[in-house]
Amino acid sequence: MVRPISTLVRRLRPGLAALVAGVAMIVTPALADISLLNVSYDPTRELYKAYNTAFAAHWKSETGETVTIQQSHGGSGKQARSVIDGLDADVVTLALEADIDAIAKASGKIPADWRGRLPHNSAPYSSTIVFLVRKGNPKGIADWGDLIQDGVEVITPNPKTSGGARWNYLAAWAYANKAFGKDDAKTKEFVSTLYRHVPVLDTGARGSTTTFAQRGIGDVLLAWENEAFLALEELGPDKFDIVVPPLSILAEPPVALVDANVDAKGTRKVAEAYLTYLYSPEGQTIAARNYYRPSKPETVDAALLTRFPKLDLVTIDDPQFGGWAKVQPEHFGDGGIFDQIYRPN
Amino acid sequence: MAATTIASVRKSSVIPGFGLALGVTLTYLSLIVLIPLAGLFWRSASGGLDEFIRISTDPRTLAALRLSFTTSFVAALVNLVFGLILAWILVRYEFPGRRLLDAVIDLPFALPTAVAGIALTTLYAPNGWIGAWLAPLGIRIAYSQTGIIIALIFIGLPFVVRSVQPVLEDLNREVEEVAATLGANRRQTVRRVVMPALWPALLTGFALAFARAVGEYGSVIFIAGNSPYKTEIAPLLIVIKLEEFSYSGATTIAVLMLIASFLVLLAINLIQSWSRRRYGDV
Amino acid sequence: MSDEAFTTARLPGASAIHFRPVTMERKHVRVALILISLAFLGLFLIMPVVAVFVEAFRGGMPAFAEAIFEPDAAAAIRLTLLVAAISVPCNLVFGLAASWAIAKFDFKGKSLLNTLIDLPFSVSPVIAGLIYILMFGSQSLLGPWLKSEGIQVIFAVPGIVLATIFVTFPFVARELIPLMEEQGRGDEEAALSLGASGFQVFFRVTLPNVKWALLYGVLLCNARAMGEFGAVSVVSGHIRGLTNTMPLHVEILYNEYNFAAAFAVASLLALLALFTLVVKSVLEWRYADEIAATRRH
Repeated sequence: MVRPISTLVRRLRPGLAALVAGVAMIVTPALADISLLNVSYDPTRELYKAYNTAFAAHWKSETGETVTIQQSHGGSGKQARSVIDGLDADVVTLALEADIDAIAKASGKIPADWRGRLPHNSAPYSSTIVFLVRKGNPKGIADWGDLIQDGVEVITPNPKTSGGARWNYLAAWAYANKAFGKDDAKTKEFVSTLYRHVPVLDTGARGSTTTFAQRGIGDVLLAWENEAFLALEELGPDKFDIVVPPLSILAEPPVALVDANVDAKGTRKVAEAYLTYLYSPEGQTIAARNYYRPSKPETVDAALLTRFPKLDLVTIDDPQFGGWAKVQPEHFGDGGIFDQIYRPN
Repeated sequence: MAATTIASVRKSSVIPGFGLALGVTLTYLSLIVLIPLAGLFWRSASGGLDEFIRISTDPRTLAALRLSFTTSFVAALVNLVFGLILAWILVRYEFPGRRLLDAVIDLPFALPTAVAGIALTTLYAPNGWIGAWLAPLGIRIAYSQTGIIIALIFIGLPFVVRSVQPVLEDLNREVEEVAATLGANRRQTVRRVVMPALWPALLTGFALAFARAVGEYGSVIFIAGNSPYKTEIAPLLIVIKLEEFSYSGATTIAVLMLIASFLVLLAINLIQSWSRRRYGDV
Repeated sequence: MSDEAFTTARLPGASAIHFRPVTMERKHVRVALILISLAFLGLFLIMPVVAVFVEAFRGGMPAFAEAIFEPDAAAAIRLTLLVAAISVPCNLVFGLAASWAIAKFDFKGKSLLNTLIDLPFSVSPVIAGLIYILMFGSQSLLGPWLKSEGIQVIFAVPGIVLATIFVTFPFVARELIPLMEEQGRGDEEAALSLGASGFQVFFRVTLPNVKWALLYGVLLCNARAMGEFGAVSVVSGHIRGLTNTMPLHVEILYNEYNFAAAFAVASLLALLALFTLVVKSVLEWRYADEIAATRRH
């Protein structure tokens, strides 16, 4: 016996009605006066959550306009690739100069001299690389040299895909370079030994933190200073300790306007204001509150600055590195030093 | 275009709608699948043969492909054994909860792979429900190749069960009775009489589970350690190449995987036509 | 589950026999096989799902509700529903057209067409996303033209829909083709000879004959469409509240150390999976006779 299709339709009718209602609900768009898209890297989620609210309020009081800021987060390289492929970002706030350079070069949507358009090389805040260890520091880790002791497992993401991981790698390099008196072969040997102590190589900084904190893998996590503080705050200060090595790297995550996109969308004015406001006392305070070192510390309440320990910071423009334009292909390019040291024998 | 040329060679049929149906099919197939895939091949070829060979012989590419294919093979093998047992008990035995078990088999089809990934990691991480018991014994499942295999077993299981089940249901029991009457014991009957009839279905299920496993991404990346040369699967390497702005790298690995997948599909079709010739249309 | 129970259940006419039939394994073998199966399924299939729900409700009901009704989560749920509402009907129409052409007619290249329909199934989801980036991205041939026309394909809903259609492409067709081939053309030819029009035949004869298979196909297609991760991840752009589907939102929450919320959203997806299985099973049990009837037609 076969039933006509109408019986089937009748039986499905409530479901169909729900479906239609669902579609109708979606098609009604949320209306906002202006909207900006900020394409950022992983660890800035909390920072921009707070900053976007503050900026929207600031813009409203200045101009009376309502601005909605859309956020996209992911690995820095992946985010840059998305913008190159057409993600409509008004501003990019990434982990590395090299990623913004890649957008400028591959898509031409950002002029090549973008770095000079905002103060402090377009980096409104900076950070550094520190160690997060298990409570009580059972393996007694104090400096980079301790990371390659027998039985120490180090968690760090893949420098090929994660911006933060590149800073981790360069900080280790800077330590070894100093420790071995600028001997390149020994420096390379140290860094490759270090990576042999890495059991899980996640694609992003957040993945690594989860692996270390939630999955209980490894003895030490190489992390952004802000990530380490945040992990402590979110996951319990009773579980982890932060160890600050005597020497590390000055990590400057840059921001830039995506000119081609803001001109197409007519959002240049508000997008520029969005980036400039990062340098205002309010912007700098929000950065400091979220554990980023403000680039204009004089504008921030001194009490907020005590959280940042003093340490020896090597910059990317140091002669051993020679800036991102040189470091990127030399260390992280296809067949570069990272590829060489990671190749199993 | 193609619809009309093919239509001209069809045998005459009184049923209408051939042109419309085939037209819709071919247009949709071309737009969604064929043209985009052709674009992939074109893009990978535009890098030149040297570039293609350089990337496809790169040790890291080879390591990722080898890992993807070996873990998928092992997982499919495990599924072959347990899938057969499951199909067998579901068809042949009566026991409480049989129908429930039958329904559960399809779970990996319906459960999103990312959910499966985080759930399996929660279970098998060294501090997870099951991992915590194994860690003191020195067994590490998550973040090792074993973890990848577990995720692939999860997603591939229904293919073997659902391929074998209908064939087992249609199998004529009288043949087994005859074998028994002729003096064969149960083990001999199963090995000599039942298994030969099941092999084509088993191989089809194996090939399907294998093909699905090779391409799997969502459930694996959460539980694999993603270490180059060790636990980095080929689909992840495509994503990594893409994030390094290396389109030629991504497309080359994609093309290699596609060729491999197509060969697997071809094998499935050959197995099926071979079994049809040998055992009649089952 | 004694041997006797078996003989009475399976061979009602021979209930007097209390011996093990020759086509049945020994009892201890049977028990062992069933136990192995239960252990295997428990470990690999049931435990993960249980884990999802336990983790989801670890923070209690209020935390769960908060995670689900949070605006970004709600937007992700809406987007997922929208994507499924577009891609499933597309594949449904395609599945009907393809199975009609393949099952009711003979033509050259039929087996090639059959293989091509299966192709998306064995293509990695990551590649599925990649091909649309290569097609519609700024670096592609079409990209600049689309840009000048103001059409956003990737990093927007159309790209997500395309990637979803690709990965769920064969589901409906796969369910329908074998069944319709088995049923043959007799019914349709009879209806036509009685003067029915082509569309009448399709809607009154063919469709009712395959409705259950069609429903299974749609159910599986829908489950996969709502749960797709890899392909969508490549084309999404990950804009919160705009281009994040539910599986992507799970990943984001997971990366924000918000594990309870991640598992809460994941549990919704797991519920969808369970719902799919329940509907499928209920249909199978309730209409088993009818399904058998249409199959042996």
